[in-house]
Amino acid sequence: MIKHESIETNVGLLIILSLVAMSIGGLVEIVPLFYINDTIEKVDGVRPYSPLELRGRDIYLREGCYLCHSQMIRPFRDEDLRYGHYSLAAESQYDHPFQWGSKRTGPDLARVGKKYSSEWHVQHLIAPRSVVPESIMPNYPWLLKNELQYADIIERMRALKKTGVPYAESPDEHAANVEKFGEEVAAQLNINDAEKNLLAAAEADNFDGNPARLSEMDAMVAYLQMLGTLVDFSQYDEGYFAEFR
Amino acid sequence: MAGSAPVVNQQYNYAIIRKFSIMALLWGLFGMSVGVYIASELAWPWLNFDIPYITFGRFRPVHTTSVIFGFGGNALFATSYYVVQRTCQARLPSDFLASFTFYGWNAGLLLGVISYMSGITQGREYAEFEWPLDIVITIVWVSYFWLYVGTLRRRSQPHIYVANWFFLAFILATALLHIFNNLAVPTSLFSMKSYSLFSGVQDAMTQWWYGHNAVGFFLTAAFLGMMYYFVPKQAGRPVYSYRLSIIHFWALIFLYMWVGTHHLHWTAIPDWTSTLAATFSILLLMPSWGGMINGIMTLSGAWDKLRSDPIMLFLITSLSFYGMSTFEGPMMALKSVNALSHYTDWTIGHVHSGALGWVAMVSFGSFYHMIPRLYDTKLYSQKLVYAHFFLATIGIILYIVALWVAGIGQGIMLRAFDDFGNLQYTFVESVAFMHWPYVVRTLGGALFVTGVVIMAFNIFMTITQAKRQAAAIEAKIAAKMAGVSA
Repeated sequence: MIKHESIETNVGLLIILSLVAMSIGGLVEIVPLFYINDTIEKVDGVRPYSPLELRGRDIYLREGCYLCHSQMIRPFRDEDLRYGHYSLAAESQYDHPFQWGSKRTGPDLARVGKKYSSEWHVQHLIAPRSVVPESIMPNYPWLLKNELQYADIIERMRALKKTGVPYAESPDEHAANVEKFGEEVAAQLNINDAEKNLLAAAEADNFDGNPARLSEMDAMVAYLQMLGTLVDFSQYDEGYFAEFR
Repeated sequence: MAGSAPVVNQQYNYAIIRKFSIMALLWGLFGMSVGVYIASELAWPWLNFDIPYITFGRFRPVHTTSVIFGFGGNALFATSYYVVQRTCQARLPSDFLASFTFYGWNAGLLLGVISYMSGITQGREYAEFEWPLDIVITIVWVSYFWLYVGTLRRRSQPHIYVANWFFLAFILATALLHIFNNLAVPTSLFSMKSYSLFSGVQDAMTQWWYGHNAVGFFLTAAFLGMMYYFVPKQAGRPVYSYRLSIIHFWALIFLYMWVGTHHLHWTAIPDWTSTLAATFSILLLMPSWGGMINGIMTLSGAWDKLRSDPIMLFLITSLSFYGMSTFEGPMMALKSVNALSHYTDWTIGHVHSGALGWVAMVSFGSFYHMIPRLYDTKLYSQKLVYAHFFLATIGIILYIVALWVAGIGQGIMLRAFDDFGNLQYTFVESVAFMHWPYVVRTLGGALFVTGVVIMAFNIFMTITQAKRQAAAIEAKIAAKMAGVSA
């Protein structure tokens, strides 16, 4: 039998055995998630973010929204009534990083999209207590004041492409996206048209209520308004999702 | 002879330990004050003042980073350099590299804090540093590892003392976690922005493997290293059980790495990972309590010290909080309890019973023991140590109880149904309910910070007194020498 003495008198051995002891848990729990096919549900509708939504998400991260808002609905009756269908793994498959959150100082936002009008969101972000008197959320007036920076949108999409998000740059990649997501979505995922798409989306939906300028609010509301809206749950019965749990 | 101080200074690199100790206190004061401020923002949201840099979302990572890596990190550098040199009876192999770890670590943290306030963040809890700072920290960490192992290799004893096993495991684990969790693709070489390499489920799994082991290794294993040196030293007795420390060590470092997924119960993560994590969380109770017992029982035969020695009070109370939070943790890792506790302030309360009760208290105790020895003097005031102890303890208790009320209360409100099967409360009603617990929590935090202010004063006076004493001794020698030559 090896005596513990031989480990505690040998730095190299202590280091190696510690590393072995520490590596096992992580290897067993993390590595299979990349290889087990059932980890992510197969559903239609989930797509990468459009350029404007992506900028909105960047701002969501910048302001640390995830520290008070989760984006992960759990399979409980109260959460179903309050927020909607429980979140699927598929719904965050293009989220680099994930924004599931760990704390609900405010409500979950996984399905906040289309629940309120864009006007409401703008008012709520500028002065939350003007629409929800008991709210303790900070005011975010600068979102409306700051012009949206989008000069590096192509670089941002290229970086995400490197992580595996199917943004297209070559005609072949674009064709693959058309096949996978349809013509309309594929057009939004084309890196070459990023700036054009971003401006067109902001102009068409005019999220911040001011058509004259493109503010950070436009991007933020565009992001909030699409959250949780991609999967059409009427297409599936509950038994289908249970197979993946 | 001018006393033993100069000789000791040549044997060990104490200068670097002094620097780290002072920075730990400064980061502690700053980070904990920011904590009180953001707690106030939750109670009185007008305190956000519409200033982007200090809104809750940007300021909260400033708090967590300053206390975990600023206060905790500097305290660990200080005590680990102290412990490894003293137990190996060897000096750190390079003064230059030791200084590099000091300036690199603190400059990195300072830049990090400024970057968060400017909105530059990876958006992943406790790993908010953007990629250039991650690289700085990696380089500092490799130097730290090299210095630590270098000192161990120079040891004059055949055995490596148990405290060093824990410090070593902490250094290795932190490197492993930091590197894998921060894999990201920058948008360009000249931009601070990057996107995490992983997404969704895999990203969540990696992040909480990191997140919980930051607690397990940074805030637990390393501070256990501190405990294994300073508790026996202050008690003047050997560690209670050598066998228990072996079991404690290997079980702890093996089991911790499995439990991170308990932060993801009931999410879209596959159930098998979550079940594994819950199981290992329960198992983890055993080494945790083994360690606590090993620490507290070290005092057997010297229990009277609790009456006469305020430093011992800090150390033993810290172990009691350690025992309490390592019991609460596995309980919260049960899926049924977690269904209620997750997303609520119960978690925040739990973290603080560990962070304030265990991590901060054991550091305070160790500092009160170590700093006078670094300056070859006595503590300025024992009474102030008592004052600090009681402020800290009352502060923690207020804090934890307030957040039990807030967290469990909100959890119950959100799942309450009326007679017709409708939700009984809206979300915002639970927010309104939490106002008073938030006020009490802020008060608890403020008491705790007041204690640290008293400590800082006490340490400042101790150092001033040491300098005065040293000057007096030098003057005496000079006078004698003058007398001889005359």
